[in-house]
Amino acid sequence: MPTQAEIFEKVQSTLVDALGVDEEDVRPDATLFKDLGAESIDLLDIVFRLERNFGIKIPRGELFPENVSDPEMVADGKLTAKGLQEIREKMPFADLTEFEQDPDVEKLFDLYTVDTLVQYVANKLGVKE
Amino acid sequence: MRWIWIDKFVEFRSGQFARAIKNLTLAEEHLHDHYPGYPVMPASLIIEGLAQTGGILVGEASQFAEKVVLAKIPRAEFHGIACAGDQLVYEVTLTDLRPEGAVVDAKAYLDGQLLADCEIVFAHLDNSRSNQMFGPKNFVFTQQLMTVLDLARARERSGGGAGAGDEATANGQVHDPAPGEATL
Repeated sequence: MPTQAEIFEKVQSTLVDALGVDEEDVRPDATLFKDLGAESIDLLDIVFRLERNFGIKIPRGELFPENVSDPEMVADGKLTAKGLQEIREKMPFADLTEFEQDPDVEKLFDLYTVDTLVQYVANKLGVKE
Repeated sequence: MRWIWIDKFVEFRSGQFARAIKNLTLAEEHLHDHYPGYPVMPASLIIEGLAQTGGILVGEASQFAEKVVLAKIPRAEFHGIACAGDQLVYEVTLTDLRPEGAVVDAKAYLDGQLLADCEIVFAHLDNSRSNQMFGPKNFVFTQQLMTVLDLARARERSGGGAGAGDEATANGQVHDPAPGEATL
């Protein structure tokens, strides 16, 4: 069973390969989009690499939400109560306090940091902090 | 000009591997522009040929039900150049396939030597959204592009002339497919 530190190192190398960023820039609090310059198409690449590198299966839409065009989830560019509930369920490890004040769908992906991926993988592998 | 950057499939194993060839000729305009006085095959068009080989491999894996688009090239390394008169051999291995897309390992060889080594990520366009934008027609796998695969299948069925087996040896890499392995 890998430690959190080992998972972080592997997530770090995953992001270096997927995004072409420098290792030192991949800090736990770095956001995937703003800090590391990821684009939406990179998410698929990241999912492929995490699956390969950790030997895990990531079902469609589990790590990164896909249904943001669903009117039940998003209305007027903001997550609905149902949308927020789904995000809470999918990202139990993310701090949503600030996001819930203004659940702008454009800001949804700002919630994703390197640590989000580490926690997701740790959760998948059953690793506790 | 037709946007077909492979000439022929010489091996096609569904959901696994495809090998295609691309012959280069001075009749191709782009060679004269890249570069004037020293015509070489643009690396970007070698990648396009690899992507077409891989795209058809990925599309065929789901019986062309998905619209497969090139999403990303995380890595592309070139070790040489190709000129008029050369024959490039494109070898593509499907390494990952999931509902949202696929990853292939794609290599180009010239005279048996590795010329280009790439990783290509393909996305399956979300059906509901792409239907809104482009309609239900599969604009990726048009008849123009599918001709290459259809032609290879026709030659395989006819079993004569320069069939798949013969061409597979052309780059010096003799491949002797096991019975039933090479299914075009």
